[in-house]
Amino acid sequence: MNVRLYLWQRTTAAVMAPLVIVHIAVIFYATRHGVSAADILARTRGSIAWAAFYGLFVFAVSIHASIGLRNILSEWTPLPERRVDACVVFFGLVLALLGLRAVAAVVLP
Amino acid sequence: MNTELSVSLWRGAQNGRYETYRVPQRPSQTVLDVVTYVQRHIDPTLSYRFACRVGVCGSCAMTVNGKPRWTCRTHVAKVAGGGKLQIGPLANLPVIKDLATDMQPFFEKWRQARGVFAPTKTRHDAIAQIKPDTPVRKTADAAIECINCGVCYAACDTVRWNAEYLGPAALTRAWTLVNDERDGGNIARLQAIAGAGGCHACHSHQSCQELCPQALNPTAAIAGLKRRTAAAYLKGEITV
Repeated sequence: MNVRLYLWQRTTAAVMAPLVIVHIAVIFYATRHGVSAADILARTRGSIAWAAFYGLFVFAVSIHASIGLRNILSEWTPLPERRVDACVVFFGLVLALLGLRAVAAVVLP
Repeated sequence: MNTELSVSLWRGAQNGRYETYRVPQRPSQTVLDVVTYVQRHIDPTLSYRFACRVGVCGSCAMTVNGKPRWTCRTHVAKVAGGGKLQIGPLANLPVIKDLATDMQPFFEKWRQARGVFAPTKTRHDAIAQIKPDTPVRKTADAAIECINCGVCYAACDTVRWNAEYLGPAALTRAWTLVNDERDGGNIARLQAIAGAGGCHACHSHQSCQELCPQALNPTAAIAGLKRRTAAAYLKGEITV
């Protein structure tokens, strides 16, 4: 890992830390107050704030996890560097695609 | 106390094997004493490396019962559970023969990390006045007692996994120089350690810190380098 990847990984970790806390707090709130799926969708659909919140979350996770996977592949497998980079870019794009699809499902009106 | 030790020593080069010898156990005996006994009394063809015998030169490091140690200052009573010792060459380095490893990759990485002092003055200038109690000098002094024994390098998981990784000793040396007010080579040094095998490859497992015979803390030094290189990169002083 070079200094640029290090900064991306640490920055995305710093971004994710408060997002994870809010995400868990929302889960606790929803389960303890008996908020139904319909209630949740009523609040999230058309909400720019929730779209930005989970959009940022997906963006940070995709980058952070890809850099971590890159370290594992480069240290624990004999794959050449170019192949490792191609694998993790693909992995990051899949994560981003799946995550944004899930965000779209709950925020698009 | 047992009267005899069962000592397994690595024999051969990279593809060798352990052979067992019986060595008399004595009070205050060091692991280096044991190896020396085998060579002088049992098998004179045994190869190993040592010089000062008092923990100064850093020549005699070997793997003792699975951990890298400086053998001249490691007492048998401390490490030989049940009167058994297994002594091999340092890990993560090519084996020349028996207990002697080729230290060239270790010192080559010192060179790659720019572990050489870059002077800012000539012999014609006045001697630099350095106060020993400033924070920056204390940071430089904290790691200056490295004896280049290679124990941290052999203990490091990242060195084992990543052939490019410069290792704890080279990076600790770089950190000492980064904090040396008299040195003028910091930008080139930070550039040298900011790449794929540089300080950011460290996983902070802290085996180097745990096993350093000089009780230095290479993990802290590497953490300092991570911060310093990140700041230099953000300022545009170094590139990737």
